[in-house]
Amino acid sequence: MAHIVPVKTNAMTLGTLIVLTVITVYTAKYVDLGQFNLTLAMFIATCKALTVFLWFMHLKYDGNQNRAIIFSTLGFLALFIGFSALDLFTR
Amino acid sequence: MSTAKVDRRVAHSHHFDSMEQEHESGKQGVWLFMATEIMMFGGLFVGYFIYRMKYPEAWVEGGSLLSWKLGALNTLVLLFSSFTMAQAVTETMKGENKKALNLVMITTLCAFAFMVVKYFEYSGKIHHGLFPGLDIWDPSAVQNEGTRLFLLFYFLMTGLHGFHILVGVGLMFWLMKRLKNDEFSPKYYTAVEGVGLYWHIVDIIWIYLFPLMYLI
Amino acid sequence: MADTTVVDNHSSHSSGKDYLNESSGIWSWLTTIDHKRISVMYIYSIIGFFLIGGLFAILMRLELMTPEPLFMDGDTYNKAMTFHGSIMVFMVVVPGIPALLGNFLLPIMIGAKDVAFPKINLLSWYCLIFGAAVAILSLFFGGVDTGWTFYTPYSAKSAGAVSMVVLGAFIMGFSSILTGLNFIVTIHKLRAKGMTMMRLPLFVWSLYATAIIQVIATPVLGITLLLLTAERVFGVGIFDPNLGGDPVLFQHFFWFYSHPAVYIMIIPPMGIISEIISTFSQKTIFGYKAIAFSSLGISAISFLVWGHHMFVSGQSPVAATVFSVLTMLVGVPTAIKLFNWTATMYKGRVSFATPMLYALSFLSLFTIGGLTGLFLAAYAVDVHLHDTYFVVAHFHYVMLGGAIVGMIGGLFYWWPKITGKMYDEVLGRISALLVFVGFNVTFLPQFVMGSLGMPRRYHTYDGIYSAYHMTSTIGSWILTLGIFIAFYALYKAAKSGEKAPMNPWNGTTLEWTVPSPPPHENFDTVPTVTGRPYEYR
Repeated sequence: MAHIVPVKTNAMTLGTLIVLTVITVYTAKYVDLGQFNLTLAMFIATCKALTVFLWFMHLKYDGNQNRAIIFSTLGFLALFIGFSALDLFTR
Repeated sequence: MSTAKVDRRVAHSHHFDSMEQEHESGKQGVWLFMATEIMMFGGLFVGYFIYRMKYPEAWVEGGSLLSWKLGALNTLVLLFSSFTMAQAVTETMKGENKKALNLVMITTLCAFAFMVVKYFEYSGKIHHGLFPGLDIWDPSAVQNEGTRLFLLFYFLMTGLHGFHILVGVGLMFWLMKRLKNDEFSPKYYTAVEGVGLYWHIVDIIWIYLFPLMYLI
Repeated sequence: MADTTVVDNHSSHSSGKDYLNESSGIWSWLTTIDHKRISVMYIYSIIGFFLIGGLFAILMRLELMTPEPLFMDGDTYNKAMTFHGSIMVFMVVVPGIPALLGNFLLPIMIGAKDVAFPKINLLSWYCLIFGAAVAILSLFFGGVDTGWTFYTPYSAKSAGAVSMVVLGAFIMGFSSILTGLNFIVTIHKLRAKGMTMMRLPLFVWSLYATAIIQVIATPVLGITLLLLTAERVFGVGIFDPNLGGDPVLFQHFFWFYSHPAVYIMIIPPMGIISEIISTFSQKTIFGYKAIAFSSLGISAISFLVWGHHMFVSGQSPVAATVFSVLTMLVGVPTAIKLFNWTATMYKGRVSFATPMLYALSFLSLFTIGGLTGLFLAAYAVDVHLHDTYFVVAHFHYVMLGGAIVGMIGGLFYWWPKITGKMYDEVLGRISALLVFVGFNVTFLPQFVMGSLGMPRRYHTYDGIYSAYHMTSTIGSWILTLGIFIAFYALYKAAKSGEKAPMNPWNGTTLEWTVPSPPPHENFDTVPTVTGRPYEYR
């Protein structure tokens, strides 16, 4: 039988996401890290995305096939970005 | 082919062996479709990053043209709608179709709120000649030439995202109708879960768009 | 049958009902959700598209018979070339084998009653037909002269119905995505009891590897075409250097899809060849796991090599070198397959029936196509050969000599199962021979003139190439004759062939354990699989 996520978990997930959003805004607006602001913002966004994947989208309770589908997709996307960037920045 | 219509709440379609198998198949189909969504938006992100590295100053200028407060507001609206959607799935799985119906309705209201904010943002841009195409573009409105490309990506990415929100609203109405008719059961809730997955992916894309467009 | 399956398949014979006569009328076909009927609709439509695309090819070859313009001006030639390319790629070879044979066989081969999403399966057929109609109708709105690659900035500026063809390709992309999605879920979730992944027939493995590419790569084509449309309609400048855009980025986008798409075209025929060679050698396939995993290997590597289309387009030398090396890697899994097929035939009881002749023809043509691909993968060599007829010959050896020959071979092989009728063996063999000879006469000279410097996509040329062009044109007639005989043999079989037995070739996969043609739900008793396929001896 499928796993039913209780309201408490969903609420905690929402809380986590809001806290991370506040951190994103704060670090981007009031902490100057130069180049690393982008890296940090992407890192936080990835944490948020993972939170949504695992709890809201139930990947935590799901089978390996669906996990493999989504994470390999992200891998292929990384290749796409990586190789295109490789070309543009070695010209 | 023309077997009598089965009650999907308690029986599986003819070509499956069990409801469990049918549910798992349907869910995986949605996941695969989400993979295609990620790749499609991914293409735009590739373009975004490449031009960002080519025209860093333009990206700083472009970001300053947008109101991060409106962006943050929309982020919170979408996050909250994701929560109500996830909770709607939970209630459907418990068999509480009426509670789920209310939650889906709140999700839909959030989607409308999001689109209203977007409408004000868009019309403001177009009013100031900041739409990079047709005859609207006003080159004197910006300092860097590359800012045009920033705005191009802003409109393309948030536009495509907004289109997905609208499709989502359509799906919500479909769900509300079915929830009202009590068509789901703890054993049959694939449609609710599938729309939920779709809605969360739309949310995840916004999670990336918000900092990339409005903040940095 | 060896000990592969235990199925009771006598009961349905008596009822006389199969998927073809279980209901009748055109409407029962257009609204069917039976994967076998959808497959038959694909067969008709894709062969139709193939004939249209082939007509353009014949006209082009005719025009090229003489160095001077014969009956086309440059503009007309460019349009013919674009339509030939777009039709063959988007409507024939990409949807080709997965849609027309995979749809029929995949559920039966894994012991399922249907694909996971039968309605989506039907939807994907309508996407193909609708998209194709939009694209072909553009012919009457000025036509398109950009080549099937729609390179910017030309495609953004070119008059003509580019937007229409692009829209058509976009819709057909959905067809491809939905088919791939359906196949992955079907293979993951609907296998019969005992049908483990390591017992899947190799054709199913090849469809699986293909489906991954369809799902992952096709959306990128979608977004590329959307960007191109935005560029044309709004004039936004994303690929326009005057407005700060980068036209080479278009090529990155385009080839991120279109290179893996080449493997959408070639992996499924590889699966067909594995089936045919094992059956007509009456011998266990050599290196089952190696063939299965090399399919997955090819589909993974296919995403790492797209830059080899862009060696002379202004891509950086560093990126080009990386892509060049990675491209060579494709040779490894491909060679694994070729060696395993050869080893399967060794000391087997080889019989030269029509499907086997097509399979052997695939082996030699594809080997030439693959090896010349390695020449082109070498960065330095490609700079010389790029945009010459060498490239044209290379990809025709892969797509026509590989994919289409494999597809026709597969049609002959499974025709008794699909129609329940046997084809004329003599006609079949004559067609295989003519296709093989005609193909080589057409395309071998193109390697030579390409290496001598004959550029592609020109409708006039220097007189020194006229002998090669003349030979090539004559070859195209032989090839056409062969293909027409093949289709005639299939048509004649379906109309008035002898009744086919359940297992005419003594095959071991599950489709040979059901009646020909199969009943509506494929199996009367859902089979339980107890061993691997190809257990001959």
